[in-house]
Amino acid sequence: MSTENEAGLLQPEALARAVKDAAAAIEAAADLAELAAAKSATLGDKSPVSLARRAIGSIPGPERGEAGRNVNAARSEITAVYEAREEILKAAEAARVLREETVDVTARTPRRREGARHPINVQMDRIADLFAAMGYQIGEGPEVELEWFNFDALNIHPDHPARTMMDTFHIADGKGGYGSNMVLRTHTSTVQIHTMLTQEPPIYTVAPGRVYRTDEVDATHSPVFHQTEGLVVDKGITMADLKGTLDHFAKSVFGPDAKTRLRPSYFPFTEPSAEVDVWFAAHKDGARWIEWGGCGMVNPRVLRACGIDPDVYSGFAFGMGVERALMLRHGITDLRDIIDGDVRFPAGLRVEE
Amino acid sequence: MRIPVSWLAEYAALPADLSTADLDAALVECGLEVEEVDDLRARVTGPLVVGRVASIEELTEFKKPIRHCWVEVGEAEPRSIICGARNFAEGDLVVVALPGAELPGGFRIASRKTYGRLSDGMICSARELGVSDDHEGIIVLPEGTVGEDARAVVGLDDVVFELAITPDMGYCFSVRGIAREVAHRLGVAFTDPAAKAKEEPATGSQPFPIAVETEGCTRFTARAVHNVDANAESPEWLAKRLVQAGMRPIGLAVDVTNYLMLELGHPLHAFDLDALSEGLTVRQARPGEVLKTLDDVERRLDPEDMVICDATGPLSLAGVMGGQSSEVEPHTRNVLIEAAHWNPTAIARTSRRHRLSSEASKRYERGADAALSLLAAQRAADLLVEYGGGTLAPEVADIDRRGPIAPITIPVDLPARTVGVDYERATVVAMLEAAGCTVDGDGDVLTVVPASWRPDLTDPADLVEEVVRLHGYAHVPSATPRAIAGTGLTSAQRRRRRVARALADNGFVETYTFPFVSRERADELGLDEKDPQREAVAVLNPLDDAAPLLRATVLASLVNAVRVNLARGAKDLAVFEEGLVFQPAEGWTEFDVVALPVSKRPEDEAIEAAIRRLPVQPRHVAAVLCGQAVPAGVDSPGRAVDWADAVEAAEVVAEAAGVVLETAQGEAAPWHPGRCAELRVDGAVVGHAGELHPEVCARLGLPRRTAAMELDLTALPLPDLAPAPVVSHFPATLIDVAVVVDEAVPAGKVEEALREGAGELLDSLRLFDVYRDAKLGEGRKSLAFKLELRANDRTLTNEEGVAVRDAAVAVAAERFGAGLRE
Repeated sequence: MSTENEAGLLQPEALARAVKDAAAAIEAAADLAELAAAKSATLGDKSPVSLARRAIGSIPGPERGEAGRNVNAARSEITAVYEAREEILKAAEAARVLREETVDVTARTPRRREGARHPINVQMDRIADLFAAMGYQIGEGPEVELEWFNFDALNIHPDHPARTMMDTFHIADGKGGYGSNMVLRTHTSTVQIHTMLTQEPPIYTVAPGRVYRTDEVDATHSPVFHQTEGLVVDKGITMADLKGTLDHFAKSVFGPDAKTRLRPSYFPFTEPSAEVDVWFAAHKDGARWIEWGGCGMVNPRVLRACGIDPDVYSGFAFGMGVERALMLRHGITDLRDIIDGDVRFPAGLRVEE
Repeated sequence: MRIPVSWLAEYAALPADLSTADLDAALVECGLEVEEVDDLRARVTGPLVVGRVASIEELTEFKKPIRHCWVEVGEAEPRSIICGARNFAEGDLVVVALPGAELPGGFRIASRKTYGRLSDGMICSARELGVSDDHEGIIVLPEGTVGEDARAVVGLDDVVFELAITPDMGYCFSVRGIAREVAHRLGVAFTDPAAKAKEEPATGSQPFPIAVETEGCTRFTARAVHNVDANAESPEWLAKRLVQAGMRPIGLAVDVTNYLMLELGHPLHAFDLDALSEGLTVRQARPGEVLKTLDDVERRLDPEDMVICDATGPLSLAGVMGGQSSEVEPHTRNVLIEAAHWNPTAIARTSRRHRLSSEASKRYERGADAALSLLAAQRAADLLVEYGGGTLAPEVADIDRRGPIAPITIPVDLPARTVGVDYERATVVAMLEAAGCTVDGDGDVLTVVPASWRPDLTDPADLVEEVVRLHGYAHVPSATPRAIAGTGLTSAQRRRRRVARALADNGFVETYTFPFVSRERADELGLDEKDPQREAVAVLNPLDDAAPLLRATVLASLVNAVRVNLARGAKDLAVFEEGLVFQPAEGWTEFDVVALPVSKRPEDEAIEAAIRRLPVQPRHVAAVLCGQAVPAGVDSPGRAVDWADAVEAAEVVAEAAGVVLETAQGEAAPWHPGRCAELRVDGAVVGHAGELHPEVCARLGLPRRTAAMELDLTALPLPDLAPAPVVSHFPATLIDVAVVVDEAVPAGKVEEALREGAGELLDSLRLFDVYRDAKLGEGRKSLAFKLELRANDRTLTNEEGVAVRDAAVAVAAERFGAGLRE
């Protein structure tokens, strides 16, 4: 190429044409690879604007200034077109990648196992929380008990008719006979005794736990079931306090419309004694009274056996079935669903914790 | 106790408009639990009338004899009815169900052709009507008007309440007691049935020689009736009531004693006077004596049993059941009526000892009314004479050893203080009097003598219950609960919840199993012959004889739940259970049974000595996994459960409990001897985890490679107040190190050595590869660890990093001859 030709590139018309051609080439680039080729052709060492810059040295000094400005302007113009195109193509490329990476989000296999707590235990925790919020302690005791804790201290002496009311699992003695003096606890009332033997009043305790009776399994019975025992011993405690506490408890378990009704009954460890019925508005067969548990004022004989002066202190106690409340709340008709160990039951019954 | 409303109404003046529901409610408010309301009026619907058999034609051409009868039922023409029974004659009055009637069991009566004749109704038996189980023939009525409704005649015009009687209301095992309660509740008049007889005083001579030689007999009364038809059919009203109450009429003498027991709550016994030899002696049984009771069981008597004897020996198990030798027989002409009262505790013991609960023992145990004994005998004798003929012998036996009833003193304000209702003094007195008590005293304290039928009233608290019960439980107000300055759950209780929640959040489903296991379970679990778990606590009276033991580990019963799920088609399982396990206290059988008092608090030493016999009952948590730990899916081939999943489950527990588990190679049943991790906290073994022994899996029907862990939660220490960690803001230096050791050296031990050697600058260390190659040498392996080093106050230099690594390797080299792999 002759110098003259190169100098010709500095002509405004030539620069204008170079810009126009370059813009066309850049705009024609369909992807980033073509754009790179177009960049090399239009802004690279051998592109018209680069050649024109080199030709500046060959023209007379006074003209160089303007020629330089013209070349720079042309180059800027091409660069602007290039950058605009590059931005478009990069966006298109990013979009393409995202498009290609699209998956079917419903074609998924769970990667973790689903776990669950057992509804009975959750229910007992909830009850514990309710009473803990009222300031109660949560009491505990062994499941194999001395008969004294399960019976005698609760005013159920050996010849008491109530001992035959309870169908008790006895623990074999060393020779496989009676005489071990131990049983599987038939009620959580044993925790009352443990609590009163180890603590001074005021006592406010609730004890959810597992109990045992010799009932064959059927739709409403199980030899292993759960109760919540409550015990309050303080100065001036009355049956009205018991009723108020049960009303509060009932609302928490059965909903805000729940209320309780006391019916005269008999338990050796309370006097007066009552059965508690609860008004359950959400019963699946319509609102009604249902049997909930037993309660009463702690028999002064029980207080004495635990070293508490009944002339100074009085108290109340109650015991409620956990399974029954769970069955009613959730419309469970067969207790066996709760106890047979099938994992689908806890997994399927999410009880609020 | 079954009580017909008509019988109740005889002694409680029930309002005419009292509905069954109102009576039900009144009974419940008394403390008498209604178990069932049996509305006899609803048993038979449609036309049921009294008929007279006009003629009988015997049909003999069929397999069994059949009668074709014409029966007058008060219509213009008699009806043609086919009947298979033969216990009636022309002219007899019978009960006829006409077409349109429906008998119990949904049996509808319709006109139909049978045995070639029209049968236009049915002549009914007692069982067909649901009146009793008697199906020996159709009912032949002693009297009645043809065409009138037959329901009243057969006792189907009544409502029967079945009541559950609590042990403190023994007096309500009688119409008398229930009527008294209901009358008070409804505010209507009560008539005492005891007033129906006039008591004659004891005479100098007895109707039969009687000697009472035991303190357990509080009272013994007797009357004799001679030349009586003791087996005459009882009058219809009496038989009807027995049937409604659920007893079978047998014959006059027995029926009368049963009837009065139901009405008065006082058991009676009728002896065949001619079967008695010489005289009656009431005494304790002698060792070796035997008595065949009326239920046909030969009973070996205990010296604590009381018996009524004659010269031949025991005739009757006193207060519980009569014997066969002296019972009233078809030929009995002379009857001795006995009405006695016995020590309730003695009767309870005899009843329990012989596993024999009778109508009599039920009442005596709870305390029958001893004031009524002679009255009851008198009334029985009167009824026998009235319906069985004969003459009442003038001699009256009454050996009465009753003491006075102990008075109870009660502060007049005790009911108000206990219940939270401001009972007026007059109310307290009125309620106690309504309970039959005699109330004395005009100061702050009342002296109360309970009624003879209320032996349950012994304490002031019993009287408080009478006041609130008779005044009405419905009046007890509801006081807002007090809030106490509580401390919430204990640390151990919070931990227990965190552990369960953590396992659930990590994909384990909580379950619980009955703690009862078989004797074979120890073998199935592969326990060593000398394993202490074999010395299990045993239940004496298990529901299932095949599972008499209490579990010593949670796993022993938890596997049952796994099997239930597998049997129902589950394949991939991860379950856990936390609960108590039972281990006999060492040498417990050698410790004495300590009798603890109830009249006062036992001494601490006595309690401690007593509970030494109790099994140790720690709380354990166990988990079992089988199948796929990660299920195969669109993006993964899945991963089968292995031993490490079980160890990780234990670590989930430990983390939730705030303790650090140390893992070491272990060997314990029921685990695979080469794939069992022994888990320790502060050096103490707290459990095991790993793959179950293949033979255990085979014996229990579990899939191969089932993994399990069990931890003793009780043994985990509760963490102390933890210091906060120092969080370094300087970058970490990462160094990998591979050390070559003998195959036998556990990775855990090498890790321990590296940690010790690296010292304070070690931030974390992690095993990332185990490599074996011939170049390493026979029986050698390479363990590769990633070390992350970090200082709290500076960025570590490369030289420092290398120095830490070398120090770490040096300790491993010293302990295990570990070489740095190049």
